[in-house]
Amino acid sequence: MLRRGALVRAVSCPSSHASTLSSLFRDRGESGVILKSSSTDVYENLAVEDRIHELVDLRGGGILFLWRSASAVVIGRHQNPWQECDLRLMARLGVPLARRRSGGGAVFHDLGNVNATFFTSRGKYDRRRNLAVLTGALKTLSPRLDVRATERFDVVLGGAHKVSGSAAKLGRSGAYHHCTLLCSADRAALASVLKSGVRGLRSNATPSVPSPVRNLTDEDPALDCDAVTEAVAAQYNAEFGFSGPVLPVDPGDEAFLPGVRQAAAELRAWDWVYGRTPRFSVRTSFGASGGSVTVDVVVRSGVVESCAADAPPGWLPPRVAEGFCSALVGSRFRPAEMKTAHVMIGNRIPLHSWLENLVCGIMPDFINLNLTRALI
Amino acid sequence: MAAAFTVRGPFTSMRRLVSSRHRYRPCCPRVQAAARPVVVVVPRGLPAALPQPRRCFRTSYAAGGPVLQFKLSDIGEGIMEVTVKEWYVKEGDKVSQFDSICEVQSDKASVTITSRYDGVIRKLYYDVDTIALVGSPLVDIETDPGHEVAPEKDVVETPAVSLDEHTHQEIKGLKTQATPAVRRLAMENNIKLSEVLGTGRDGRILKEDILNFLSKQTGAILPHQEIRPPPPPLTPAPAALSKPREKGLPSAPQPVAPKPVFTGKDHTEPLKGFHKAMVRTMTAALKIPHFGYCDEVDVTQLARLRADLKDVAKARGVKLSFMPFFIKAASLGLLHFPILNASVDEGCQNITYKAAHNIGLAMDTSQGLLVPNVKNVQVLSVFDIAVELNRLQALGASGQLGTADLTGGTFTLSNIGSIGGTYAKPVILPPEVAIGALGKVQILPRFNSKDEVVKAHIMNVSWSADHRIVDGATMSRFSNLWRSYLENPAAMVLDLK
Repeated sequence: MLRRGALVRAVSCPSSHASTLSSLFRDRGESGVILKSSSTDVYENLAVEDRIHELVDLRGGGILFLWRSASAVVIGRHQNPWQECDLRLMARLGVPLARRRSGGGAVFHDLGNVNATFFTSRGKYDRRRNLAVLTGALKTLSPRLDVRATERFDVVLGGAHKVSGSAAKLGRSGAYHHCTLLCSADRAALASVLKSGVRGLRSNATPSVPSPVRNLTDEDPALDCDAVTEAVAAQYNAEFGFSGPVLPVDPGDEAFLPGVRQAAAELRAWDWVYGRTPRFSVRTSFGASGGSVTVDVVVRSGVVESCAADAPPGWLPPRVAEGFCSALVGSRFRPAEMKTAHVMIGNRIPLHSWLENLVCGIMPDFINLNLTRALI
Repeated sequence: MAAAFTVRGPFTSMRRLVSSRHRYRPCCPRVQAAARPVVVVVPRGLPAALPQPRRCFRTSYAAGGPVLQFKLSDIGEGIMEVTVKEWYVKEGDKVSQFDSICEVQSDKASVTITSRYDGVIRKLYYDVDTIALVGSPLVDIETDPGHEVAPEKDVVETPAVSLDEHTHQEIKGLKTQATPAVRRLAMENNIKLSEVLGTGRDGRILKEDILNFLSKQTGAILPHQEIRPPPPPLTPAPAALSKPREKGLPSAPQPVAPKPVFTGKDHTEPLKGFHKAMVRTMTAALKIPHFGYCDEVDVTQLARLRADLKDVAKARGVKLSFMPFFIKAASLGLLHFPILNASVDEGCQNITYKAAHNIGLAMDTSQGLLVPNVKNVQVLSVFDIAVELNRLQALGASGQLGTADLTGGTFTLSNIGSIGGTYAKPVILPPEVAIGALGKVQILPRFNSKDEVVKAHIMNVSWSADHRIVDGATMSRFSNLWRSYLENPAAMVLDLK
């Protein structure tokens, strides 16, 4: 998490009371407001987006918010994290997971990726125009660049590689459209992390549409993050006829954006990131002496709704299997809670390894199961 | 403030009295001295004496305001349909204007739909993960009486003043948003809304803001009012979390209980698909008066023949079982007894003698009991029938039997013996008139022509026929003929067509 030194808030505030973004926008919205985040924490930046969306009445102007975040995976509002990314790998690499409030698919952020969020009122919501800002900015920096926007609101390079994806959120009176821009991202990390770590998962969550990606710097080394950020800001002003300067914003500034800390805390909460997943089921199956063992788990709102285990009776007595299942039902689908499922097993059954495989295969990080072994 | 009487009663009768969706007789919750003539509305079925007028008559069945259909508004960009992803309310919930109702998604854009009215949700039109059309009704909201009905058209920003500003108080050029209830509270307390700091969405002023403002001003404790915190825009509310988790199993080894405890529960589910079809067919079938006729067939010679021919057929790529022989023999028999290959209509008025012998095979597949048939057995050789059987069995195993194979049968054989059993009582498949069930082949001792006990391959057959048109003698003769072909396959060769 990088934070630049002292905060420089609104350049000039005529009113005497504390300067909030709303009042800033009221004063200067007509000439456009461009904000640049001084933080690279993905939750804080998403919280800024939320607060701008909630607090500011955007009629009569627009806001552009430019930000970058350190390595993180961001999934869409209605997606299933177990389906979209490899949670185990992310835990090992220390890559956090965030769920944004807009729709769309899963993306990988890092410091080589620039995010631009266009805030407008509902009536002025126009994704094509926003993408024109991006392509216009890139062409200003590199006139021979072959970039264009597609029907799916992506930006492709050379007609084949995606350099930008976008998602949008519409509220009652305001809307925002945010886009990524791959300048110099770690493509290897991107590819390895955006892969499902779980097999046998069935859900109705929004799936991601994978596309081949490319960095802008691969095409033209001059297109690094800072240059691109400045160009986008300039093009935004040119496109919409605004003249605002780029203002730094500190996502921790509660006075400027009331409620931003609370919003960031909400976005970090397990209940939002994992608990918001639409209902899904996982079926794990593996061989054991005497047959195969199948475990079916249905998870709803991040909580195990039902669990059925089918195992050869000699390997795991049905009563024990039932006890295991009923212990799991009602607990959240996360290691700390699954850990308290104590199971009675026979000493000759290598329960530990299969249970660990089952639960780890679908758990965000490693767990330590306490299993009570009993002699039958 | 016209009506002084409140009206209670079933809502349907209330609706009948309302001439159109948007016009209604305002029923004021307050008691007001009625200077004008009182309009008394008495729905049928009410006691003659109306209750005294009083305040706050909002109970679950109170006749409230009209039920308004809240339609899914235009999302823009020419989008015509969206997927409903999450509901924040359910039927019976109370909502205020601007509360979130649901979340819909359309191609990477997630849209929060907020309520246009105060009221109670009466109906949700869509389930999660279903597609909703723009302009179609999303929910029904029963509004409070006395609520100003917002204009039907949605909030769309036009160059001129936008329509929803009619409901906003414009003060000093700034638009302060507050619901009518909050505005009434401010008015009652002589507070200027412009002086209150709004903490709701978009700077909206909430009831709590008014109360805070008041307490700051007077420093007094306000009379008790139920203060509900504003619902956060996205409330994670996982259902069924309250189910207590059964604390695992005791740590000490449990002694084996002397009596097993049965913890099974009855499970009821509606019949669907295949089971439902079977219910229909069998109900129709058992309206036919059946009679049964059983016999025993000595298939020793047939077994020998089959053993000889099995390899020949295999060389041709076909698996040869007994069934092709049974089917061909049946067809040869039907040539002599065409009434068994007939069909009667519903009222049993007309009988149709079918020309083709489409002999059905009862097959136990993963989808259940299916009866595909081999068409035109009368012109097929035993080998052709075997080929056809292989094809139908392969389709049956993969669940791909088509309607062509499953319809048009005229006669049926059921080889239940392949699973087990000797004698059976098969059920005729309408609109056929006869059916045979073949038991398993057993090796039993029998007397031969020289009075010696020999090993014989014995199979039992059970026929059922429609006694309205088939008599026992016909069935018996057919069975004897069929049996003779099988007991002496050489005779079959003589009559093979």
